[in-house]
Amino acid sequence: MKFGIVKIAICCFVFILGGCQREHRDIQPSPTRLAIYGDAARESPLRPGGPVQPQAVVANPYNGSAYDISEGQRLFNWYNCSGCHANGGGGIGPPLIKKEWIYGGEPANLFDTIVKGRPNGMPSWGGRIPEYQIWQIVAFIRSLNGEQPKSATASRQDTLQPNPQNLMSERGGGGATK
Amino acid sequence: MQNVSERLRTLAYETVRLLTLIYSVMSGWRIVAQGKNIVFAISAAFLLSIAAGAQIQNQPDDGQWVMAAKNYASTRFSTLTQINSQNVGNLKLAWTFSTGLTRGHEAAPLVVNNTMHVVTPYPNYLYALDLTKPGAPMKWMYQPHPEPASQGVACCDVVNRGAAYYNGKIYYNTLDVHTVAVDADTGKEVWNTKLGDINLGESITMAPIVVKGKVLVGNSGGEFGVRGWLTALDADTGKMAWRAYSTGPDSDVLIGPNFKPFYQSERGKDLGVKTWTGDQWKIGGGTGWTWISYDPDLDLIYYGTSNPGPWNPEQRPGDNKWTSALFARTPETGEAIWAYQMNPHDLHDYDGVNENILLDLNINGQQRKVLAHPDRNGRLYIIDRSNGQVLSAEAFVYVNTSYRVDLQTGKLILNPDKATGFKTIRDACPAPPGGKDWQPSAFSPKTGFIYIPHNNLCYETQGLQANYIAGTPYVGMNVRMYAGPGSNRGVYSAWDPVKAKEVWSIKENFPVWSGTVVTAGDVAFYGTMDGWFKAVNARDGKPLWQFKTGSGIIGQPVIYKGPDGKECVAVMSGVGGWSGAIVAGGLNPVDGTGALGFVNAMADLGKYTTKGGMLYVFSLP
Repeated sequence: MKFGIVKIAICCFVFILGGCQREHRDIQPSPTRLAIYGDAARESPLRPGGPVQPQAVVANPYNGSAYDISEGQRLFNWYNCSGCHANGGGGIGPPLIKKEWIYGGEPANLFDTIVKGRPNGMPSWGGRIPEYQIWQIVAFIRSLNGEQPKSATASRQDTLQPNPQNLMSERGGGGATK
Repeated sequence: MQNVSERLRTLAYETVRLLTLIYSVMSGWRIVAQGKNIVFAISAAFLLSIAAGAQIQNQPDDGQWVMAAKNYASTRFSTLTQINSQNVGNLKLAWTFSTGLTRGHEAAPLVVNNTMHVVTPYPNYLYALDLTKPGAPMKWMYQPHPEPASQGVACCDVVNRGAAYYNGKIYYNTLDVHTVAVDADTGKEVWNTKLGDINLGESITMAPIVVKGKVLVGNSGGEFGVRGWLTALDADTGKMAWRAYSTGPDSDVLIGPNFKPFYQSERGKDLGVKTWTGDQWKIGGGTGWTWISYDPDLDLIYYGTSNPGPWNPEQRPGDNKWTSALFARTPETGEAIWAYQMNPHDLHDYDGVNENILLDLNINGQQRKVLAHPDRNGRLYIIDRSNGQVLSAEAFVYVNTSYRVDLQTGKLILNPDKATGFKTIRDACPAPPGGKDWQPSAFSPKTGFIYIPHNNLCYETQGLQANYIAGTPYVGMNVRMYAGPGSNRGVYSAWDPVKAKEVWSIKENFPVWSGTVVTAGDVAFYGTMDGWFKAVNARDGKPLWQFKTGSGIIGQPVIYKGPDGKECVAVMSGVGGWSGAIVAGGLNPVDGTGALGFVNAMADLGKYTTKGGMLYVFSLP
């Protein structure tokens, strides 16, 4: 009799546990998880046999937000991204003002690169920078290439260097003047 | 066993000494198959100095090239005369070798026992080329497989400045903070010692030297908030013998009772802690990332330490000892004998690491044992190497960040208008790469001149708060560099160290980022960042010959006698380094602050050169 009660109790517990799982609904997977594991952070357009389905796109939640782009710029310095990528022109790391990306230039790719790091020197920042700040940094990096609305992008950077967007016009580089 | 090997070594040493004595007595007699042991060079120098009262700069020369700086005095002078100022115009390309890599090639090739050893930038391959066969085919190749992530902690391209040969082994460093010993005959690794941690921002790019059976190595990472050090490893086993930090308490800096600096400002207990605020010395830089010289008579090694971290000086009040300083140490124990800080509380990334050429000179009617040190701050220091007294410190480029060095106190008198910090400063000269950077000078005892490849750069800057995160850059300055007065960005000049005056100079469009070599044939060689390898008359600087290589030259030329008796000149071509990062790293010139502000000065480099590492060897037909 005693055993019977215990058995029933265990069965109930297991059933309830199972219920937890069963009732769990991932209504909308977070952009983060898609970026890391999902279709959105593909780095190669070469798809054997052709694309099975259109590639998923993860929108940066901070796209077009002037505040978040500005925060991204501040964090870009604060986490020493600028130590390697300068104000977008690169140095120890590759430039971020460019058309060709080694590991993809979509927001999901940039997020992925920051979180996971890359083998030839890009540190892995996962666990060091909160996710929302990474998205802010991604928003700022996209702004360097004019991929944010002009209305949301600062007209000049916080640095000695004017906004590269302005410089990308006919003026070219700083050059060896003076 | 130990005893036997010890006795064998003593026997070998004595034999070499005897041979050397004969060599020194019978001038012209040629020793065959020498160079198995670097001890030969030491004892030869020692005996010659006794026999003839000779000066340290008159080093014996067997036609080989066994360390990057040629000899312990770091003269980069070859006594060979087959190629000379009369016939150098006929110099022809003999053979080439591709390294298969495209980053900056700063290394000096070594020539030992009819084999050339070439170290490449990351991934730090070591090639052995057989000079006895036509075209110098590869004998073997050694791959140390450094951690790829180490590329992320190399401030100024993933360069390597070369190797050292000693007792049958090639010694060099890998970017991921290892030192390796490789059997020179077989290419097999003998030992591999890890010296530091890339997660702290450490790396190594320097060429080691071997002194008294110890391999001397310094770390890099002054832009990553590392704690600088110089380390001695046992050449046979790779075990660490000592490590001297540049910051911290005296016990870590190896400052003891024998430490007798010349100036009052360098005396006191634990200055490596007290001249900092709080614990900042633990992340304060002071790395020993370039050259080491050695005086066998005084039995002292000499080297300089890097800039303090971060660059932004307002974040590190104090003199920041012992960054941007020179050290004299005993090779056996590492014990410091004297130190002199060229740039206390450095304001401009003026590392103190540049080469120290050991010379015996007659200064003001007095024979002095000196070292010549062309500093990043634009001044060429002549320092008594026995005690650290500054004898002169005249500017060899346009300098407006300092007025002079007070020879009584040793103090650099600064121009307050060019003091950097959070505020914006413009037109400060020289720029952070200095009057000259790592690119080593040469000295000819024939002309008495020092040959200096250097920069002509000024800059503007604005500080920002640097945030220390281990393993990431710790700089805190936005910088834009540009050409100095005259709008040429580089100069190659000859300097008279006795008169402390320039003798002649050649303007170059780009910074002269290559090393240089000078010969008893009165020819000096250097390379330019647009790919020209040039020979000039060592006496008057007149151009004599030039050859266009495939890429910009930032390597160190060397001279050797081939197995066929022919004198050869070898140099690596392959643009990169800090100055060439814009090409080697594919940087975007729209951002002048790229590569710590060097991009602004080098925006047009890509129009003049492309990347690609290749060794070029020249000889007379």
